Amino acid sequence: MKSLSKLIVPVIAVIFGLLFGAVFMVIIGKDPILAYQVLWNSSFGSMRGFFTTLVNTTPLIFTGLAVAFAFRTGLFNIGGDGQFLVAYTATAWIGFIIQLPWFIHIPLALLAGILAGGVWGGFAGYLKAKLGVHEVITSIMMNYISLYLTSFLIGGPLMKPGPIPATPRIFASARLWRIPGSRLNLGFLLALLAALLIYYLLWKTTIGYEVRAVGLNPKGAENGGINIARNMVLAMFISGALAGLAGSVQVMGLQHRAYQPFGLIGLGFTGIAVALLGKNHPAGIILAAFLFGILSRGANEMQSMAGVPKDLIEIIQAIIIFFMAAEYVFTLILRKKKKKKGVVANVE
Amino acid sequence: MQKKEMLAVEMINISKEFPGVLANDSVNFSLAQGEIHALLGENGAGKTTLMKCLYGLYHPDAGEIYIKGKRFNVTSPNIAIENGIGMVHQHFMLIPPFTVAENIVLGREPRKNGMLDQNKAILEVEELSHKYGLNVEPRAKVQDITVSMQQRVEILKTLYRGADILILDEPTAVLTPQEVKELINIMKNLTSQGKSIIFITHKLKEVKAISDRVTVIRRGKVIDTVETAGATEAGLAKMMVGREVVLQVEKGQAAPGEIILEVESLKAKDERGLPALTGTSFQVRRGEILGIAGVDGNGQSELAETLIGLKRPTGGKIVFNGQDIANFSTREIIEAGVSFIPEDRQKRGLVLDFTLYENLIMGQHYRPPYASGININYRRVKKEVQRLIKEFDVRTPGEDILARALSGGNQQKVILAREFDREHDLLVAVQPTSGVDVGAIEFIHNRIIEQRDNGKAVVLISLELDEILSLSDRIAVIYEGEIVAIMDSEEANEDKLGLLMAGAGNRKEMGGGVE
Ligand SMILES: Nc1ncnc2c1ncn2[C@@H]1O[C@H](COP(=O)(O)OP(=O)(O)OP(=O)(O)O)[C@@H](O)[C@H]1O
Ligand SMILES: [Mg+2]
Repeated sequence: MKSLSKLIVPVIAVIFGLLFGAVFMVIIGKDPILAYQVLWNSSFGSMRGFFTTLVNTTPLIFTGLAVAFAFRTGLFNIGGDGQFLVAYTATAWIGFIIQLPWFIHIPLALLAGILAGGVWGGFAGYLKAKLGVHEVITSIMMNYISLYLTSFLIGGPLMKPGPIPATPRIFASARLWRIPGSRLNLGFLLALLAALLIYYLLWKTTIGYEVRAVGLNPKGAENGGINIARNMVLAMFISGALAGLAGSVQVMGLQHRAYQPFGLIGLGFTGIAVALLGKNHPAGIILAAFLFGILSRGANEMQSMAGVPKDLIEIIQAIIIFFMAAEYVFTLILRKKKKKKGVVANVE
Repeated sequence: MQKKEMLAVEMINISKEFPGVLANDSVNFSLAQGEIHALLGENGAGKTTLMKCLYGLYHPDAGEIYIKGKRFNVTSPNIAIENGIGMVHQHFMLIPPFTVAENIVLGREPRKNGMLDQNKAILEVEELSHKYGLNVEPRAKVQDITVSMQQRVEILKTLYRGADILILDEPTAVLTPQEVKELINIMKNLTSQGKSIIFITHKLKEVKAISDRVTVIRRGKVIDTVETAGATEAGLAKMMVGREVVLQVEKGQAAPGEIILEVESLKAKDERGLPALTGTSFQVRRGEILGIAGVDGNGQSELAETLIGLKRPTGGKIVFNGQDIANFSTREIIEAGVSFIPEDRQKRGLVLDFTLYENLIMGQHYRPPYASGININYRRVKKEVQRLIKEFDVRTPGEDILARALSGGNQQKVILAREFDREHDLLVAVQPTSGVDVGAIEFIHNRIIEQRDNGKAVVLISLELDEILSLSDRIAVIYEGEIVAIMDSEEANEDKLGLLMAGAGNRKEMGGGVE
């Protein structure tokens, strides 16, 4: 009952998002029913489409978890994109520089991503803990440092000579197994596993206990002998590592090489939306990432088959986020409703 | 009907249920015009709930509310405010960076060209504060003023909105004895100008000193409403708790053992970086209670915080069990065997949005039996916690309730349970009974004495002289960050301590000699 009521607001937010999207479509003279049919079919109409949706879902689970974990510690990790890119590059490097048995190479490549992303995030945590610099500012700055650094590396020292600015392909021993004939790979399972692990970490271990305590009441945590600075660094490390894994999986499962980035790809930012819609809970994040996966999968087909511009999907996403952010107002209205009912019962 | 018109407030058959608790059970309550009506009851009895129903913060499940003879459905504080009700909550609701005047006029601010008219606001506030004898500094920022002035600001805020019925929820819990006297004068002044006041407190003395009538609530039900003049403290306590309460602490002779804590010329700074401890020295033995008396703000908080490692001293030593713990982290100090009851239970003592079981393991959460490696064994935790809840009589529907949902006194018991249950040789207790009911005070005092009798050392820091005098074996007086006198409690009395606390015995040598 209690957990069901937690679903109310996200579900309402999504419904509103879709409704508003429909209104927009009507305004621009398109058929919303057709568009949503296309959207639905693009993900659920064929196995192939469904797999692609899961491929899209994978990095969002990671970056959503990243944002949520930091948030539980009272920190806002807006640096997911930077952490993604350093991990992306590090993993690609480990992947092509050396050939190893797969059972060593895969963990090693993932570890490279975890460390790169973790250090990148942890550094922002360190600056916050030691110098009090706000993590939003540092992680945005670190995003750009990461962008230019990785762009330089991939376009320079790590680039495979040729027309495409990208690293050499990684060895097969560092590639994640794919379902034959599709791009869906083990990365998706890794994302689910990460969600499970984060759930466990948050609610079954001392680490989770401490970061949650710091997030809810730092002074109270301090009084219980919990080191606030250490937990901030740790939480940002774990958060960065999660965003980093999104990058690793991108290379190992999907692209098999790292392409020079020309801008921040925004997976980290979308992660914020995913975490918000998923209410910072691993299970919610899986669902939210899946929804965003469906939307991004359907965007192109909606454009080509229903004539609805791709950008509309982003509008829908924005509306969902808006309603989640306005949750406070929602709960207030709900509470008022309850009170009103109480009045009626009372007057008789 | 006629009678109702004379009553400022009448509440009939009010019931309010929370999941698992019937907080108010067919409560009848009335407040006459110009009356001070005390509301007395154990922690969690339902006093705050009843008042929140009146103020429109909760909506009762059943019952009727009349304000000045007229029936209302108080569905929001706005309705209450419009009808002249004002409430000062136990935890203040001011905006710290705003000035006193801004806070008072907020929501009804005088405007000029659509902007807040500062001068007019200040003028109005000054006028109001003059009228009711509530001394405030309108231009000061709320974050810079004392707690008691913040409270006066809260009261003025209700008056500014035209309140003539005031609800004061445990206003004295946060005040020093001197400030309590001032507040009592203010309340008398207010009623002489036609205001009616509902006054919640746990202090029987205050009830006797100021109220006209008392309503006693126990476990959600009204036990009785009586004229204060005809009631005794012991009688009221009995009504509250449902049994005889020993108001006088009974304790045997102390049997002090070896010195366990030695504080040597300890220095520390306060939050603003000004010296707060200027060379504090004292010793505590096993099996004794050292009371530290002093006027608020003489370094007590800083002393407590350095002892538990929340604040780094700038000089001096804290030798505990033979090692200098002055630069230990809080965790190391806890592990060395120090337990701590902090002054501010909501900010320091608890994580309000943690469940009871999470709060009860705080500080021990990483150690057996609760944890092995990084895994917390929550099944084990819950079992232990159920035992603690029973042992310390925490009134709660269960261990997985959020600490936030408990009443103030029960929150304190949670902290107590946690700190007493863990392995320790020294207990540092700051204001351990602030805001708790007489039954709980008795319980807490007995537990502290039990600690002593089990060979623990206790440092009791309290603003309440009564508490210091009745519990301590020795009493130290702190003044401007220094211990200015230490004496056996038999030698101490209220007057003597009062003088020392005011700085009359400025030097240590004079400590024994003040007559
Ligand atoms: N918002 C809430 N949700 C759930 N339970 C609540 C809530 N507020 C109060 N309670 C419960 O209702 C009961 C009465 O609480 P209330 O705060 O009215 O007590 P009180 O008499 O003011 O106690 P105290 O003297 O400790 O402040 C308690 O058992 C408390 O746990
Ligand atoms: Mg209360």
